[in-house]
Amino acid sequence: MTADHTIANIYAALEQVMDPEIPVLSVLDLGMITAVTIEDDTAHIKMIPTFAACPAINFIQQRIQEAVAGATGMPVRVTIDKEAHWHSKRLSEAAKEKLRNFGIAPPGIHEGELRAEMLMNTPCPHCGSKNTYLRSPFGATLCRAVHYCKDCGMVFEQFKPVG
Amino acid sequence: MNQQAISDLITKMADDELVLGHRNSEWTGLGPVMEEDIAFSSMAQDQIGHALALYRIQEEHMGGPDPDAFAFLRPAAEFKCCHLVEMPIGSYDFSLMRHFLFDHAEAVRYESLLQSEFAPLQQLARKLKGELKYHTLHADAWILQLGRAGGESYERMQAALDTCFPLACGIFEPGEADQALINDNIYPGEKVLYERWLDNIYRVLVKASLNMPDPAAITPAYGGRYGQHTPHLQPLLEEMGAVLRLDPAARW
Repeated sequence: MTADHTIANIYAALEQVMDPEIPVLSVLDLGMITAVTIEDDTAHIKMIPTFAACPAINFIQQRIQEAVAGATGMPVRVTIDKEAHWHSKRLSEAAKEKLRNFGIAPPGIHEGELRAEMLMNTPCPHCGSKNTYLRSPFGATLCRAVHYCKDCGMVFEQFKPVG
Repeated sequence: MNQQAISDLITKMADDELVLGHRNSEWTGLGPVMEEDIAFSSMAQDQIGHALALYRIQEEHMGGPDPDAFAFLRPAAEFKCCHLVEMPIGSYDFSLMRHFLFDHAEAVRYESLLQSEFAPLQQLARKLKGELKYHTLHADAWILQLGRAGGESYERMQAALDTCFPLACGIFEPGEADQALINDNIYPGEKVLYERWLDNIYRVLVKASLNMPDPAAITPAYGGRYGQHTPHLQPLLEEMGAVLRLDPAARW
């Protein structure tokens, strides 16, 4: 094993792989990476999509492959982890702050079943008001819902909570 | 475990999602308001994605064929989708009511698969459960709003329910191998899912003041699970597979 072939270097490379739809969040911020291992001098990265039908998944998989291979010079295998499933608690606090600054409301914290009321009064990422309502549970991408702020008059998107 | 029975269960689930996904995508650009255009397009994307995930389970765990070829090159008689999903999009009330009845059926089916002894289905159910919640939230909100709106709105929703209900009961057409699947704890069988579905839709319909037809007084639209389809399926399959059939071996 040469000096570059370390788990730390793989993580450093993953920090640079951004979501194509939300370019301020890396695949690590999004909680899409479920395992990183080195076996027989090959990096093996397991990942999960946020939503099952996410059309960006193959693109992201390829970007991870290129980024880690480029940074470490080692062979890389990126596979979809079927045993894990994504839920909004996988987003770190730092990731939620980055989302807010990007103009997308982060998912609220919830336990158990998602109910309609949980999507009400989502704080507006522009003015912070909770005087908002859900316009549609479907937005520009599968992972986003659309809300309206009655105080500042802005339509805004939210990263959907998923349990 | 009865592999053929599991494979048939997966095929009917996937075919329903593939065909309704394509039907729902026909609303892209035509929705009555922008949000609904996006909602039906998003649900179409989800459904086609779920169909792919199911066909992949057959390919990876059961020696099944390539998902694209299976989805787009099969003759209509080998499809196991129910008649509900084959129907043209019609007017918005019809599509909305179909979406409500179908997605509640999906919700009870995947909920039951959380306990499946067949691990790939159990894992997929865990993944899709949270996503499906958004489909039923969307459907319930519109059924309530349009049902409570009175006048023409109420009449059209009731008429759509009367049309869709016998078709939707066809989702739960009993399968030949249901008992084997129940015995192996793959899923609880169509009869159980049907009863749970009736309970769930009834709760929403009552709040919307819509009258659910008497299940004993209607004839469910059966046949789809055994390859007997409406005349609407064949033209849809021709359109869905038109590009792939130009050159099935082409690399994209």
